[in-house]
This record gives sequence, structure tokens and C-alpha cells, in this order.
Amino acid sequence: MSAVLKPKSKFIVCDGNEAAAWAVAAARVELVAVYPITPQSSLVEYLAKFVADGRLEADLIDAEGEHSVLSVLQGACLAGARTYTATCGPGLAFMFEPYVRTPGLRLPIVMGIVTRDLLSPQSVWGGHQDAMSVREAGWIQVYCESVQEVLDTTIMAYKIAEHHDVMLPVNVCHDGNYLSFGAARAELPDQAEVDAFLGEKNVNWHAALDPRRPMAVDPLTGGAGGTGPSTFVRYRKGECRGMQNALSVITDVHEDWGRRFGRVHAPLIESYRMEGAEYALVTIGSMTGAAKDAVDAARERGDKVGLVKVKTYRPFPVKAIAAALAPVKAVGVVDRSVSFGWDCGPLFQDVIGALHYAPQRIHAMSFIGGLAGADITVGHFDKVIGRIAELAEGKGAGAVPGETVWMNEKD
Amino acid sequence: MKRQAYDFFDQSTIPDDLCPIATKPSPMLPGDWRSMRPVVDRAKCVKCAQCWLYCPVQCVVERPAWFDIDITTCKGCGICATECPHRAISMIEEAA
Repeated sequence: MSAVLKPKSKFIVCDGNEAAAWAVAAARVELVAVYPITPQSSLVEYLAKFVADGRLEADLIDAEGEHSVLSVLQGACLAGARTYTATCGPGLAFMFEPYVRTPGLRLPIVMGIVTRDLLSPQSVWGGHQDAMSVREAGWIQVYCESVQEVLDTTIMAYKIAEHHDVMLPVNVCHDGNYLSFGAARAELPDQAEVDAFLGEKNVNWHAALDPRRPMAVDPLTGGAGGTGPSTFVRYRKGECRGMQNALSVITDVHEDWGRRFGRVHAPLIESYRMEGAEYALVTIGSMTGAAKDAVDAARERGDKVGLVKVKTYRPFPVKAIAAALAPVKAVGVVDRSVSFGWDCGPLFQDVIGALHYAPQRIHAMSFIGGLAGADITVGHFDKVIGRIAELAEGKGAGAVPGETVWMNEKD
Repeated sequence: MKRQAYDFFDQSTIPDDLCPIATKPSPMLPGDWRSMRPVVDRAKCVKCAQCWLYCPVQCVVERPAWFDIDITTCKGCGICATECPHRAISMIEEAA
């Protein structure tokens, strides 16, 4: 196979969608199945171009819809191929049936979610509602903050997914519009170094479509009689074990990446200016840049505020979050999606769940912003910081359910 | 049972809490849960092979002058009886 990239790393200017495509080429993915959907479309167009140009030696399958896209990937993965696709929003919804089946088959498929708000009202813009709606399906989900992180994380995702202690599919989520179309400088890693980093591929050692290893894959399991219930529980616990193993594997893989390529990304969570912080913001995805600017400004004023960014959302890093937030009095969690049943953000729910393990009661408030492509500016975060400062002093604390702030309500 | 080209995969070499796989054929045959069985009237059979073509489990067996049913494999679906152009096959209830 010819070298995909030039022997030395080089710098390009690209958007997040192109960055993901470059990562797929560098990971020597062998089969890509695609169906375009906004704002993911240019990502799969770049992949088609890379295949046409001979830059990526992969089979590219134009399936008739997302349900088929992921089904094709399942078959290819069971046949031993390294696979990739990307989708978002309604495309992810149409993919739901094979989507929920993939983790149970323990197939290390990597899929980009170029996050988009869900219907209705009709919207084609960014938001996390699509990825958040499938957060309990058993996929590993990581959220990127920058174009470079999209590129690096998409390569790392293969090493995480294919680790024999994990064997779970990975969603690399990057924000629709902000990261998908926002161009930035990115470093392309050297192909030989990527090859050395990823090592030997073996994705179907456990379940295969292979005449030399005849087996029935995913036979009927479970039911109420005989060994059915205990067998089903064993497999469910196996998935949970893989998820928990992923916490340390994700950490190790990010450290390995930092050593080899000189770019260190926080694996599970990033603590930003948390030294001596009395209250904190919790963010996820590309909004974090503006939030850090707001925290910097607030620190200059003398406000004791810090920030915790969640990169790995599934498995949820409960211990890391509880430890990072343990010293503060109040937390404001900013979501770009809605949990309708709780009237708050889904990340907020997870964070207050983790705070149960903190030694003392920590007040928390849910902030929802950036829906359907709305901007979350430094000014918005400034207001959030002000509100959390009040919460830290006890104002409005302890209300059940807590007051949810809709950040763009008056924009 | 038909001989396999390759030995079945040794399932004990992988963790038993990953993807469920089955490597041992079930000893149960379709005939074990049949409620109706096809009976061929040799006088009516012209050996046109419609039943042989249509049988979903390939249990129709060729005889010198007629087609017969391998009753261990037949699941009693009745497609052969429906498709037979000479009404040479009738479905009768299995004894309880």
C-alpha cells in the first residue's frame, strides 16, 4: 500500500469535516459507507474525493440511507475491515436500529457525529440533541473542542475502539457549523508514525463472517427460561465492563498520542483554572473556547471561577468529575441540548449524578444555550458566571427542580 | 448432519461476555415442531418437481417415479401442497 501522507507532518488549513476525512485516510480505513446530511455532507464528500484521488485505498459504498450505511459497516467489520462513517440529526435517527445493535456485537466501528439539533421545529443547525438522544445506546462518545482535536481524536478513536479490553464503537462528536465549517490550522501527522501508533488491526477476533471460522453471530439470547436470563445479563455486564475499561484506555491512548505527536488533549475531562476556584462552569464541545475566555476575564476581575470541560461523555467519567468539582460550592452546567423529562440539560443530569459522590452538597444549575446553531458568546458565559457566583452564595440554591436558564431566550 | 468444510470456531478462546456467537449446531430439526405433515399420492404425482423447487428447507427427495418428503427435515409449512399443480400432496394433522 502506498503512503497516504507525506513522510513528515505538515500543516494545512481545513475545517472540522475535512480534518475528520484526513484522519480517516491516516487510519487506513478500508471501508467507508456514506449518506450525506447537513452539516456532515462535506465530510463524506471529502472521503469520496480522497478515495477517487487514490489518497485513501478504501471501498466507498453509497448506500440508500443511514440504516443501510451502518448495516454495511457491521458486515464489513465482521469480515475484518476497519470502517468509518459519519452522520447527524435525522440521519442518526434513521440509523437507530443498527446503531443500538452495534455495541452489543462489540464492533469497533468509528462514526463521526457532526452534531445537529433535532426536529422539530425544523432546523439544520448545530446543537447536541442528536448525539445526546442516543447517549444510552452503548457507544463511546467523545466531544471535540477544536479542528485539530477532531483530526487527532478520530485517529485515536480506532485505537480505543479496537483495544481488546474495550471492543466498542466510538462516536467522535464535533459541533455542526462551528467545527464542521470553521476553518483552522491543523497539523497532519506523519503516516508512518500513525501506522506505528495504531499497530496491527484485528477487529473480528471475537465474532466473524469467515468461512474458515464458521459461527452464527448474535443468535437469539435471553428469554425467561433455562440459562436465558443469566446469559443475557452476562453479555450486558460485558458491555458495561468494556465501557468502564474504556476510561483507562482512553486516558492511556491520549497519553501515548501526546508522547508521539506532541499534542496533549485532555482525555476524559479538562480542568481549566480550577486552582482555588469557589465555583465552576462545566462545558462540552466547541463552546468551551468562549467559556475559557469568559473565565479568564472573570479571573482578572478577581472572581474565583474555574471550568471543567467534558471530553468523554460516554463512558461518563464520574470519579474524575466528582474529584474535579469537589472543592467548589456551586456548579453551572452548560448544555446545547434538552432533557425534556427533566426540564434541564442532559449533561447537567450526569454532572449532578456524579456530584452525589462528592463529600459535601454542591449547588448546581442547568444552563441551556446554543440550540439550533445559536451563538454562545463570551457575554453569555459572563452572565452564567455571575449567576453561579450568586448560587455559590446560596441564592436560589436547593430548589427542586432547579431553575433552568435558557441562555438565548432574549437574543 | 452434513460435514463442515472447516471445523467450528473454538469459542472457549474468547471471553464469554462479548458478542454472542453460536458454534455448535442445534440438534433440533425442523420436523421436531411440525403440526401438519405432507403426504404424497404416488398415483397423482407426475414428477414435475414443483414441490422440489418450492420447498424452503429442501426436504423433497427424488424417487424413481415420484417425489417424496424427508419427514425429519420437513417443518410442515404446506407450500408443496399449495404449489402442486396435480393436487398430489395433502396435509394431514400430526398425532398429538
